Amino acid sequence: MAGLAAVRFRVNGVERTVEAPPVKRLLDVLREDLQLTGTKEGCGEGECGSCAVLMNGELVNSCLVPVLQAEGAVVCTIEGVSVDGRLAPVQQCFLEEGGAQCGICTPGMILATHHLLEKYPQPTLLQIQEGLAGNLCRCTGYMRIFEAVRQASERGRD
Amino acid sequence: MRSNPAHYEMVAPATLDDVLALLAHAPGVHTPMAGGTELMVALGAGRLATRRLVSINHLRELRFISTDDGLVTIGSGTTFSDVRRSAVIAAEFGLLAEAASWTGSVANQNRGTLGGNIVNASPAADSPPALLAYDAEVRLVSVRGMRTLPYREFHLGYKKTALEPDELVHSIVLPRVYAGWVGYIRKVGTRNAQAISKVALAGLARMEGGRVRDVRIAAASLREIPVRCLATEAAVIGREITAETIQAARVAMMREARPIDDIRSSAKYRAAVAGNLVEEFLRRLL
Ligand SMILES: Cc1cc2nc3c(=O)[nH]c(=O)nc-3n(C[C@H](O)[C@H](O)[C@H](O)COP(=O)(O)OP(=O)(O)OC[C@H]3O[C@@H](n4cnc5c(N)ncnc54)[C@H](O)[C@@H]3O)c2cc1C
Ligand code: FES
Ligand code: FES
Repeated sequence: MAGLAAVRFRVNGVERTVEAPPVKRLLDVLREDLQLTGTKEGCGEGECGSCAVLMNGELVNSCLVPVLQAEGAVVCTIEGVSVDGRLAPVQQCFLEEGGAQCGICTPGMILATHHLLEKYPQPTLLQIQEGLAGNLCRCTGYMRIFEAVRQASERGRD
Repeated sequence: MRSNPAHYEMVAPATLDDVLALLAHAPGVHTPMAGGTELMVALGAGRLATRRLVSINHLRELRFISTDDGLVTIGSGTTFSDVRRSAVIAAEFGLLAEAASWTGSVANQNRGTLGGNIVNASPAADSPPALLAYDAEVRLVSVRGMRTLPYREFHLGYKKTALEPDELVHSIVLPRVYAGWVGYIRKVGTRNAQAISKVALAGLARMEGGRVRDVRIAAASLREIPVRCLATEAAVIGREITAETIQAARVAMMREARPIDDIRSSAKYRAAVAGNLVEEFLRRLL
């Protein structure tokens, strides 16, 4: 048995310290150690994006991040997206446009959308498709998701 | 079988020198992890042989893109997103920027590194054909010092590289001499964004007086390592781009491609695609 590492990082604005095996997946640390179960596991191998979170402002798949590499990082999960208990505009648009059905892909989709709109506040359809290409959805057929993203970008402009 | 993380150790020494000292102390014991997009998948699937890892992801010394008059140097810890954001790479090494944009999803590009891509040494990896076309050099570092190797001598065999167990890839060096060259790069896969290539080809050429003055052609997934296609280059150098030249290049390519048969494609299909890509590249030079 190898030892545990004490890892300090900021999650949704709160300073946290966890003791965990250093290669424990950030995904599992969030869900098991910090009870932040909004982040979902789909494939566990980087293909589906349902575990996506923002780490230091960049979209990453938390199933491929060993927690030791999150030392000192600023992490944002789906729980940190809403503002004062109210849905963020991106979330509201997914809700209104039917961009979520079973909801497993949705937390990752929302964070990928955040990352996308940060880079391209007015994305083209092609940029939306590229930005979300790593997020798989088995339910919606994607069209409503693209529409939700487009709506969110329009609201951002107001 | 899913592996148990408690069975693995990982350390993250503060500086590059500390990491190199650790590697020198017991060569081969610690496996470096950069973005982890290969190693974490292997670990999760219970396919990782090593139990001891050293994180190099935080090392600022390895994440940079620097330029001087003659060279662009890219630190091994540079992510594909970093590569895509770089103005000098976009302007002068478009094939590499394009390859970076194929390397999995945005989330994958935010973590995966150039160093990890070449050390992992998949014959299908996306950056090697571009690096071969630009005649890149690779700098390897250890407590013994730095050595520089032409990148085309880096891959020795299937998943075997020239890297010694106490070494890290420090950086990739690109000569800034390609103004006026025409570039071509294309990956044929099952879908564009994040599929492993069936065949990928990078081409780079300079024309003079209607003839091919210089040419580089490099391919992924055609052999057990990424390769320069020297016979195909020889078939076009000094020639005009005519139907005969194109035909000669196709024949040379089919002959020198020794593709693998695997679950993704047959060898015959791959060789045929490679021939088509060479033709498309040469027509670009007209
Ligand atoms: C969903 C998904 C899609 C992908 N799609 C593509 C694709 O389309 N094209 C493609 O080419 N790849 C793809 N990859 C593979 C992977 O993302 C790339 O190979 C990436 O470049 C690996 O870099 P890394 O830093 O994450 O490597 P790591 O996993 O950290 O390391 C990979 C290997 O390199 C070694 N290593 C890393 N850095 C150094 C260094 N500086 N010195 C010495 N050794 C080092 C490690 O020890 C290890 O053996 C994909 C991966 C995933 C999960
Ligand atoms: S669970 Fe992480 S990408 Fe699928
Ligand atoms: S809503 Fe079910 S997977 Fe996307």
